[in-house]
Amino acid sequence: MHTNLSKHVFQEIAQLIPEGSRVLDLGCADGDLLEFLSRTKQVKGMGVDIDEKMVLQCIARGISVFQGNLDEGLRDYQTASYDYVILSRTLQVVHKPVLILKEMVRVGKHAIVTFPNFGYLPIRLQLLLKGQMPVTSSLPFQWYDTPNIHLCTKKDFRNLCRALGIPILKEIDLWNRKRIPPFLGNACAMEVCFLLQGSSNEESLIGEHRFQIQTIL
Amino acid sequence: MKDMGTKTNVEGSVGIVTPKEYTFGTSTTPLTLESGRTLYPVTIRYETYGTLNRDKSNAVLILHAFSGDAHVAGYRTEQDRYPGWWDPMVGPGKPFDTNRYFVICSNVLGGCQGTTGPSSIDPSTGKPYGLSFPLITIGDMVHVQRHLIDHLGIERLLTVVGGSMGGMQALEWAIMYPERVRSAIVIAATPRLTAQGIAFNAVGRNAITSDPNWNGGDYYEKDIPSRGLAIARMIGHITYLSEESMHHKFGRRLQNREQYGFDFNDQFAVESYLEYQGDKFVERFDANSYIYISRAMDYFNLDEKYGSLEAAFRRTKAKFLIVSFTSDWLYPPKQSKEMVFALMKEGKDVSYAELDCPFGHDSFLIETERQGKLFSSFLENLYAH
Repeated sequence: MHTNLSKHVFQEIAQLIPEGSRVLDLGCADGDLLEFLSRTKQVKGMGVDIDEKMVLQCIARGISVFQGNLDEGLRDYQTASYDYVILSRTLQVVHKPVLILKEMVRVGKHAIVTFPNFGYLPIRLQLLLKGQMPVTSSLPFQWYDTPNIHLCTKKDFRNLCRALGIPILKEIDLWNRKRIPPFLGNACAMEVCFLLQGSSNEESLIGEHRFQIQTIL
Repeated sequence: MKDMGTKTNVEGSVGIVTPKEYTFGTSTTPLTLESGRTLYPVTIRYETYGTLNRDKSNAVLILHAFSGDAHVAGYRTEQDRYPGWWDPMVGPGKPFDTNRYFVICSNVLGGCQGTTGPSSIDPSTGKPYGLSFPLITIGDMVHVQRHLIDHLGIERLLTVVGGSMGGMQALEWAIMYPERVRSAIVIAATPRLTAQGIAFNAVGRNAITSDPNWNGGDYYEKDIPSRGLAIARMIGHITYLSEESMHHKFGRRLQNREQYGFDFNDQFAVESYLEYQGDKFVERFDANSYIYISRAMDYFNLDEKYGSLEAAFRRTKAKFLIVSFTSDWLYPPKQSKEMVFALMKEGKDVSYAELDCPFGHDSFLIETERQGKLFSSFLENLYAH
């Protein structure tokens, strides 16, 4: 289930997170990202997943986990109680992506969102040339049995962040296991990763992140 | 006839177990209760399974619910038809694996299954305490268990685990003795009894005290208030099940007839079940214990005792696993989640599982397979580190 690409995304996420951070991983599945982050960055992590089997696997590997439904939001989570709230390859399956994004930037001082880029050229071409809903190795489902109900392109996501007033601190665009320049991202990235600023965090922008905002804008 | 074998070689069973007793407290060293009153001597009946390892790091304390007892697994005699109350959970190769862990379970203070309670003899009068027995709390039950754990020479328990009132005790263990517990598994529990919970207990107590045989709690060696106690148990049982499980189990079926007779011999299956549960309960439970233990649950309120739920959990050092059941309307998932978020707010290590299960509050006794997987995974990881 875990492709080399997702392992590579883990490494990219890890590079964004300082050692010892408090991390909340939404849609944590079997806890593999949190385990990776606690091994490489000694984070104090907590996962959230709706699936009992996944919860069991997290517990078996000693990852703290909360069995819950992301579509109910994070209303019982304290504002700014985590350094990083992560939504990795989960945005496309939630029913209320706007709610979850707003909640992520409330609960986290930063938010990290990764998702498969639906603007990836081969995906566009499948629709254009074959006239069929795209099926790829990272989105392997048929239209009728896909859990992915909110697919978007990199550009779509940037537009949403802008509309919600959520500052983007960093964008990472991946083609296979390589980073590619952000300007190629919307068409060429298979997977994208966004670092977003938490809403309680306006004052605490560190120099590096401020610089990145300027380069993006 | 198939060889029934002996109870000692039933696969996965701990076999025949013999309860033990420990007595402590004298007039100069009595047990001081949360109410300020004192009690001595205190006898605690307990069972153990498995072997305590050399560094005494493998001890698991199981905490029973309202009407439970120390007999959690195995059989007391060769003739026993049924094993202990959580037998699928405790034994060789089972979730609380007695090949690995040393499992302890004791009857609670105020109980009637061997631990000191209102039916015990008051040494100052030579008669059963009855209502002269002091009122007790969940904290007092835990305090008594700590004496037992001291007696067994265990410094730190690998885990404390219990459902319902057992979960309340597990919470108090983690709060009252943070250095003594590595982890707490809290199942189908609540941080406080709600008005609704108190109301159900009150009706149960009223049923008992309205029984003509109750006699102000002084009924020992006379006719016992069996009807009142049976009705109390029937009310309890309704709260332990869910609408769905009752519907599934009984529906609107009549017990002995196909069609209504429109006379008072009509009996629905659910009525018959409650009668049976009530009558069975009377054989093994003391009415005064019912009153005292239900009172202890009424008093249970972590916010009140410690200032707030957060303040209560601030002092804990245990790793928590909190489990609730979707169909439990007595202590619903909402109340478990409240504890989870209070623990998270205090930066404590907590996991939460909400099992989709139709059996209501009783799920913790019935759905042992999925719980078993959770608990064994949780413990294995903890024990390995």
